[in-house]
This record gives sequence, C-alpha cells and structure tokens, in this order.
Amino acid sequence: MAESSPPPLVEIRDLNKSYRRGSQRLQVLEDITFSIFRGDFLALMGPSGSGKSTLLNLIAGLDRADRGTIQVQGVEITTLPETDLALWRATHVGFIFQFYNLIPVLTAFENVELPLLLTDLSRRQRREHVEVALSVVNLSDRTDHYPGQLSGGQQQRVAIARAIVTDPTLLVADEPTGDLDKVSASEVLQLMDRLNREAGMTIIMVTHDPRAAAMARTMKFLDKGVLSNAHP
Amino acid sequence: MHILKIISRNSLRHKLRTGLTVLATAVAILAFGLLRTVIDAWYSGVDASSANRLVTRNSISLVFPLPLSYKEKIRQVAGVRIVSYGNWFGGVYIDEKNFFPNFAVDPATYLDLYPEYVIPSDQREAFIRDRKSFVAGRKLVEKYRWKIGDTVTLKGTIFPGTWEFVLRGIYEGRDRNTDETQFFFHWNYLNENVKKTALGRADQVGFYMIGVVSPAVAADVSVAIDGLFKNSLAETLTETEKAFQLGFVAMSEAILVAIQLVSIVVIVIILAVVANTMVMTARERLGEHAVFKALGFTWWHVGGMILGESLLITMAGCAVGIALTFPAAQAFVKAMGTFIPVFNVDAGTIALDIIAAIVVGCSAAVIPIYRAVTIKVADGLRRIG
Repeated sequence: MAESSPPPLVEIRDLNKSYRRGSQRLQVLEDITFSIFRGDFLALMGPSGSGKSTLLNLIAGLDRADRGTIQVQGVEITTLPETDLALWRATHVGFIFQFYNLIPVLTAFENVELPLLLTDLSRRQRREHVEVALSVVNLSDRTDHYPGQLSGGQQQRVAIARAIVTDPTLLVADEPTGDLDKVSASEVLQLMDRLNREAGMTIIMVTHDPRAAAMARTMKFLDKGVLSNAHP
Repeated sequence: MHILKIISRNSLRHKLRTGLTVLATAVAILAFGLLRTVIDAWYSGVDASSANRLVTRNSISLVFPLPLSYKEKIRQVAGVRIVSYGNWFGGVYIDEKNFFPNFAVDPATYLDLYPEYVIPSDQREAFIRDRKSFVAGRKLVEKYRWKIGDTVTLKGTIFPGTWEFVLRGIYEGRDRNTDETQFFFHWNYLNENVKKTALGRADQVGFYMIGVVSPAVAADVSVAIDGLFKNSLAETLTETEKAFQLGFVAMSEAILVAIQLVSIVVIVIILAVVANTMVMTARERLGEHAVFKALGFTWWHVGGMILGESLLITMAGCAVGIALTFPAAQAFVKAMGTFIPVFNVDAGTIALDIIAAIVVGCSAAVIPIYRAVTIKVADGLRRIG
C-alpha cells in the first residue's frame, strides 16, 4: 500500500501582489504557487526588490494579497478580518526581524514576555515560558538587561526567544543575520538550525546571505515576482 | 499591568520633552484655574445672596435716593418680615488704593437680615449701642491690623468730611463665599451729620433691604412694594438680592466674557503643545507600533498605549497645575487686597481643571492614534533600520 504524504502546512495558490508607484502599478508577485511542509526550513533568496519580503509578509499575515490564497494549517488567512488576523499572528507566527525590533523600554525578559500577554497564561506560567525561551537562546543571565545594554547578536537572540516563546506554527525570519557580524550571524544561524532540527520548527527565512541559505533544507528563488526552485 | 509599565516608561523616554510638556500643561492649568476662580469671584456676591432677601432702590438709578418714610409703608406689605436700609458711603481710608466697601446701615435690622455675618453677641450689642461705632469683616481687620476699640477715620467722598468711627465688632463669614472685607456703621450717625451740612440730603436712603417670610412670596412682595410708590416722586424697583447682584455683574459682562475666552484659549494652546508632543512621539514610534501589531496586538492596544501616554503627561501637568493653583490664589489675594473680597478655588474649578486635562489628553492623541492604527504593518516595519 502506498504511503500518503502529509498535507502541507502552508499552501499558496496563484498569489499576486502589486504596488502602486505614482500612476504606475508595479507587479511584485505573479501567480506564486508552492507549499511548505511541517518541519521545513525554507530559504527565500533573490535580488533586492524581487519580492522576497513581500512574500514573507503575506505568508505571515502582515500584508494583504491582491489575488490568490494562503492556507496555513487549513486556515485561509487572506480572508481573515484584521482583528482575527492579529489574533492568528499572535498564536501561529513567530517573527525574527533584521533589526531585532525589540522594545527599548522593556528588559529582555519583558520583551520575550510580550506575545504571552495576549494569551490566558498566568503570571507564573508566563515566567516559566520566558525562562525556557531565554535558556534556549542561552541568555538566562541577561533577563534584566535592556536592549541597549546587549550586543547585536544578543539582541537577535532575545528576538528569537520572543519569536519562539508562544511555540508558533511558523517562524518567519527576514534577513535575520543582515545586521550582524560574522560570529554573531553564525550563532544565530546555528540556533535557528537547532530549532528546526531539534524542536521541529517550520522556518521561512528571507536572506541575501548564501551561508545563511546553506543552513536551510529548501531554497527558493524569487526574481521579478516569479518563484523558482533553482538559482536563476 | 505591562501596558501601564510600557506607557510610563515610554513617557520618560524623552525626559526633557516630557518635562517641558508637563510644565506647559501645569502653567496652562494654573492659568485656567485662576481665570475660572476670578470669574467665580465675580459671581460670589450672587452666590452669597439669599432668596429671602429683596432689594428696593430708586427705579431711575441706584445713585438716586429714596425717602426714609418708605420704611413703614414697606413694613406693612404682606409677606415682609423685616426691613432694613442703608447707603453706600464710599469713604476712603488713608488713600484711594485702600479700597473696601463701606456702608451706613440700620445696625440691628441689617445684622438680623444677614445671619451669615457671624458676630459675637457682646460685640453686636456694643455696636448697636455706640452710634459712632462700626463693625468690619475679619479679613479687613486683619489687613489693617485694627483692634476692638481702635478709631478709624474715613474721608467722605459722597458725603464730604472726615468721619471717625470706633471698631466695636468683627464679623466672620458663616460660608466660604461670605465677603469678610466690608465695613458697616450707623446710618443715624451719617444722617445726623448730613442734617448739619446738607439738609436736603437728610432722611434719604440708598436702598432698602427687605426680608420676606419665604422665597415663594418674593415676587408678590416686589410687585406690591413697587405698586405702593407708583407715580410718586421716587418710584421704586424691587428685585431679589440675586437679581440685584446680577445687575452689577452684568455691568462688567464684557470683561467676564473676555476672561472666559482667554481661559478657553489657554486650553486650546496647551492642546496644541501636547498634540505636537504626541505627534512627534508617535511618528518616532511608528516602527515600534508596527512591531506590536505584528506580534498580534490589536489597534486598540496600540491606540490605548498612545492615549495612555498622552493622558499620563496631561494629568501629571494637571496635578502640578492644581497643586500650584492654591498658593498662587493666595498670592493673588494678597496682591489684590480687598478689591476681590472672595477668592476661593472651589471644587468646581478643580473638576473643570481635570476635565480640561482629560479633554486635552484625549484630543492630543487622536491624530497619533489614527496614524498608528491606519499604517499597514509591513509599511511600519519598513521604517525601521
């Protein structure tokens, strides 16, 4: 008997997105169709302006497509109202940004705790989750430090802790090593690799960096809004 | 709790900017509070008036007198409980800058009509017995450091001459809005002297104060009194004490309107200052707001943070402004002396201060909230870096 393949975690069909620039309409994504499976680590590559970040934002529910569908775990996110989409993001997506995007007036602990404030967890449960997340990124000794008191690499690790603290369905990373030195970038990539291999996290990463992309299990290339599996 | 922590920490991110905005708000609230108190002070005579008292004056103008002989006729009108009378004396103490209201009155009846002037019974008796005596309010006595038994000389303006009086009593106000800067002496003392110097002005009073049995009969009594003297040489106009006081206030209505306008302008200016601060703050944090939204926080979380910060800054300024209002009011009273006899910062003014601060805080946050809420998350994130 043939073994049936598992359903994709993310299923994208005929996705189109364009921006208006003055009187012109700029097509950024054109009929994008592909799937991402649970536990995958996908690297999206392509030249600047190719639409990588736009595609990532659409998958993460940060932006709206002109046409097409995106289903995550069977949920069609393109039709969700804004408030439901925010709730969906809080539950299903962990974000890692190029510039860390930590809140400067909150400590590392408080930054990591932020997404948990939208859950029903008790104070004690939140504390436990945050402590686990910070220990995963090896920053248990920096809980009371403010972002300004941390190095770039440490800040990005705090951002990763914030992204994983809710145990999201998807981890999306937009140029996570783009603002880091070589050593810090390597630490961050190893951490992401560990999260994928050991914790089975599904990761979608946009990057320019071939070394970062080499960590991924799957690579896709975007050029002029068209997606392909091979480097153009 | 976390949101409150973020709001309080955010408000202290630019300490100088926040400090200056709080200071500006405090100064505006102080100015607003003082201006409202000036308006209240203007109306203090109206507020202090009793519904049981009527004032009868010459229908042509207050400067024209009425014959003393009206007193008995007025007393016989149904509903009248007590009749007193008096004259605005307009005397000057040492020089004109030492202004205070001084009246020649019929002592016993006048004090009966004004139970809010609380005076010890022995002092009251001494005042009624001594024809050359006077009573004065506590604030006036304290200002000039008079003591019981002191002789005080006023220079007559309406009634020329040098007039000597002996202080026999000091009254205190029963209520906060009772004027404690007045000076009352015997009308008989005035009349006897006038008889010697200007006989034609003798036995004339400036006004009658009438106590009625109940406020319900005030209108009928007024009509009846004025009817008594219709077509006489000195027709009367009788009105409630409140209407009489409002007539004085109406004379300075333009000034009052100007003060009210200035108080509103002060609030509009501070609204612009706080709005400017909040717009700058929110513009700097558009990226952060996008991060919050990306993490799943909804528009009302983000809007709440901006509104909270705006309210925190304005309420801090409001608290400082209110705290400064009381000493400033005292300094104002000291500087104004007896020109403004009642100057109390009342609970209504404080409530208006707080309402004004809340309105400013909420209004100043409208544009920043609109921008933070309407910007797309992806667009907001692009602003970082």
